[in-house]
Amino acid sequence: MRLRISHVTSYTYEEPVPYGLQQLRLRPKSRPNQTVLDWKIEIEGGKLEVGYEDEHANNVDLISFHRGETDLTVRCSGEVEVTDAHGIIGPHQGFVPLWLFQRQTTLTQVGPEMQKLVDALPKADQGLPQLHALMNHVLDSIPYSTDQTATDLSAEMVIYAGQGVCQDHTHVFLAAARALGYPARYVSGYLMMEGQTEQNASHAWAEAHVQGIGWVGFDVSNAISPDDRYVRVATGLDYGGAAPVQGLHFGQGREQMQVALQVQQ
Amino acid sequence: MVDKKPTFDEMNRADGSPRDTYARYSQWLENQDTARLNAKSAEAEALFRLTGITFNVYGMEEADERLIPFDLVPRIISANEWRTLAKGIEQRVRALNAFLYDIYHNQEIIRAGRLPAEMIANNEAFLPQMIGVAPPGNVYTHIVGTDLVRTGPDEFFVLEDNARTPSGVSYMLENRETMLHMFPELFSQIKVQPVSQYPRALRRSLRACAPPACTGMPTVAVLTPGIHNSAYYEHAFLADQMDAELVEGHDLRVVDGRVAMRTTNGYEPIDVLYRRVDDDFLDPLNFNPDSMLGVPGIMDIYRAGGITIANAPGTGISDDKAIYSYMPDIVEFYTGEKALLKNVPTWRCSEPEALKYVLDNLPELVVKEVHGSGGYGMLVGPAASKKEIEDFRAKLIAKPAGYIAQPTLALSTVPILTEAGLAPRHVDLRPYVLVSPDGIDITPGGLTRVALNEGSLIVNSSQGGGTKDTWVLEE
Amino acid sequence: MLGKTAGGLFWMFRYLERTENTARMLDAGLRIALTRSAAAESEWKSIITATGLRKEYEERHGSFTGPKIIDFLLRDKQNPGSTMAAVVNARNNARLVRTALTRELWEAVNESYMVLKDVLAHPITDRELPGVLQTIRQHAAIVRGTLAGTMLRNDIYDFARIGTFFERADNTARTLDVKYYILLPSVRHVGSPADNVQWEAILRSVSSVRAYQSVHHGDTDPRSIAEFLILDRRSPRSLAFCYDKIVSNLGYLSKANAAASASMEQANTLNAMFQERDIDAIFTQGLHEFTQCFLRESFRLGQQIEQDYRFTE
Repeated sequence: MRLRISHVTSYTYEEPVPYGLQQLRLRPKSRPNQTVLDWKIEIEGGKLEVGYEDEHANNVDLISFHRGETDLTVRCSGEVEVTDAHGIIGPHQGFVPLWLFQRQTTLTQVGPEMQKLVDALPKADQGLPQLHALMNHVLDSIPYSTDQTATDLSAEMVIYAGQGVCQDHTHVFLAAARALGYPARYVSGYLMMEGQTEQNASHAWAEAHVQGIGWVGFDVSNAISPDDRYVRVATGLDYGGAAPVQGLHFGQGREQMQVALQVQQ
Repeated sequence: MVDKKPTFDEMNRADGSPRDTYARYSQWLENQDTARLNAKSAEAEALFRLTGITFNVYGMEEADERLIPFDLVPRIISANEWRTLAKGIEQRVRALNAFLYDIYHNQEIIRAGRLPAEMIANNEAFLPQMIGVAPPGNVYTHIVGTDLVRTGPDEFFVLEDNARTPSGVSYMLENRETMLHMFPELFSQIKVQPVSQYPRALRRSLRACAPPACTGMPTVAVLTPGIHNSAYYEHAFLADQMDAELVEGHDLRVVDGRVAMRTTNGYEPIDVLYRRVDDDFLDPLNFNPDSMLGVPGIMDIYRAGGITIANAPGTGISDDKAIYSYMPDIVEFYTGEKALLKNVPTWRCSEPEALKYVLDNLPELVVKEVHGSGGYGMLVGPAASKKEIEDFRAKLIAKPAGYIAQPTLALSTVPILTEAGLAPRHVDLRPYVLVSPDGIDITPGGLTRVALNEGSLIVNSSQGGGTKDTWVLEE
Repeated sequence: MLGKTAGGLFWMFRYLERTENTARMLDAGLRIALTRSAAAESEWKSIITATGLRKEYEERHGSFTGPKIIDFLLRDKQNPGSTMAAVVNARNNARLVRTALTRELWEAVNESYMVLKDVLAHPITDRELPGVLQTIRQHAAIVRGTLAGTMLRNDIYDFARIGTFFERADNTARTLDVKYYILLPSVRHVGSPADNVQWEAILRSVSSVRAYQSVHHGDTDPRSIAEFLILDRRSPRSLAFCYDKIVSNLGYLSKANAAASASMEQANTLNAMFQERDIDAIFTQGLHEFTQCFLRESFRLGQQIEQDYRFTE
């Protein structure tokens, strides 16, 4: 499937920003089952400083604010051809040792709530069956809801809250999968939702590593493995490592963010 | 397993006669009057104070700038001894860099089964952001301070490989300057290999590691946490001697894809940054977001080839005390040779059998924190009280993987000058090693630290340690 | 040069100059206190006023008596103008810019810190005061001599000089501003012996008694004192002299730095206040108005230098 994506993130600041940097992980790469036909990032109110590949082979762009700017806009657009591989990414590649993906992060620390969730997981065979069971179990325990306004909740807090969005689901899944011994990672990307062009946010799902198969995707919020409507952009140990935008700025004023995202065929 | 051998005194034989290395010095010393030497000692202290070679004690007023006591009896090493040591150090430092490259790339040493993956996987010093990063010339540890101790005529052991930001080299240089100033006649009688070339060698070595983005003559700068840091004197001293700018985090920012310093004429890019700020504080965008000492985005620029950071971030994985116990294997794995320098036998308390042995023999062992430094958080069994031992036992049982244990070595002694004349005290040695693509450069000698309290084995300046000038004799 | 280093040099030398200025003012006050006890309190008051810290002083100490004043001016760490605070600040700035200084200069500053820390470790009595002031002046002279004798004449030296003369001009102007009323023509014809003492005190507090006398052959009159301290380019503490130096040092700097034209312009404007102008014109404008205007403009110039040479971001 050929997907056309337009993703505009705009920041407005109450006070001019004397200096600021943002790390963008917004450049999808071509890989088996995903071919980037065209992709560009335009920046208003700032400029590209450097680009490089991080340890997860994500394309990272470091941008700086123009001095004294109050508005910064990052405009991504392009076309990506995706084929359906039932969520299978394949063998692990690169220098990152698999054990690193078994490390819990501050967002995926296992606490009592998580332990209960793992203990209550229906019995299933190791590997794909168990991970599918986990995916369904997480969604059953934590229904999808955008009511939750807090961001950057840890997996433990998400279970406590009892509901969540894709980012929350993914963290819970990662924490549980790692607790069960699977290397697992966070994926940020795009999803074309049926019948709607406008999306309100970029998407997130998880990948777990299964012996003999390699990396397999699990979109907890939609209870499926990613197909040809999913564009992978960046991966990391949690949201922090794969976030589309990670920034730091000087100055006092408050920041407001707006996202306009369209994914269509 | 307490070493029952008598302590080896480097100056005098058991019968009191001087060893060959010290023969000429002893002859000179015999003709000196103790009162005059003590007066010289006071003169040296005044000189150090005037120069400002002090270290700040954290949380104290400026009144608490302290001097590290300087003892004016030199520690002397023969040209032969030095040649052997230098070869061993070079081999070890080469292995450290090969190890670091490997750990942040294919981890062949783990695949080969020579190092358990847990040693890296559970190690806080492993820096995932360094995975796949190859610094210019594959040099990770541009500056190393290898701590050595001696127990006999030909017995040297490596105690620690300081591969993060070893300090103390300014003392090596100032100690020599002071000796030259106070006893010029000694240096005309005894030929000592010079050390004063170190700052130039350091500059050359750093310049040889310029990043791909560098055009022309590389600009070097020294990054300090600021004037309140305990080693600020050294940071300023090295910057001054290298004719490099001494910068703090707030002098730097990302400009045009480089890390640049704010000058009176605008921002100018830095090619090589000799940083004396710990990894965690280096970059609030990529590491500790609360750090006020670092430069946001420097890791991004580093990974894009815009700057060289010396030492490279993440080198701590090579010098913690648990990895240390594998150094003989590490040296062999990467150099194909047996390690020339010995390791102190080490029990890893993470291993149940080792832990049992350590717990059974605490009064005879030295137990150290895996990530500790500065002589803190360690137990010196033979010098500890019953209560201290029991307290430590509890800590050890609570977190065995946090500790290693070693036999108490009979460290060699060198005399120091006291009011009552000469008296032997235990010493160690930290030679300073520079690594660049052009090769490895070891300054002859290094910093001799001495435990000023009688019988003490702790040489750290924070705990009653002093320093000596270290002489390596000319051939 | 780093912007921070330029700022550190500027401030290091401002503080060094301040160390000595405070000692001079104290010397002048002491003289009056010893010779004319009735005038002592008002003399101490004007000295404290000249430091710009009268409010802080009154809140903490209340009355204007000798021992309290001496302690406030010499030892009080909360008074940034006190000799000890200024020495500590000068040394901290010297540490900050250590790589820009010769070893000799750093050691001279460090030594003066060590000596004064020792000397000022306890409250200073009247009897000790002359000796202490002497020590302060001596060390200032050593630092000045070491600067002149060991430092290259480059941008580092320029910032050092600008800091020195900026502080000195500021000090002279403040002293004049506090005492302007006794120099006014309306008071002049009174010419009482009290005034003579006051006039001399002004000169003394900027260390210019001998210099003034040799130029004016012993006659003391307020008009020529004002002229001497504002316009006379022979006097190293006059505003005109200081601005001559500031303009020339800024001139060297701005040649290498096109972006720094604003401070150069401001300094020129300030300097013009002393060009082609005689003291009568200043008195016509009003001495008080003149010094106020000068202090305001000098403050602005300080800010502009800081900005032009990027002391901070």
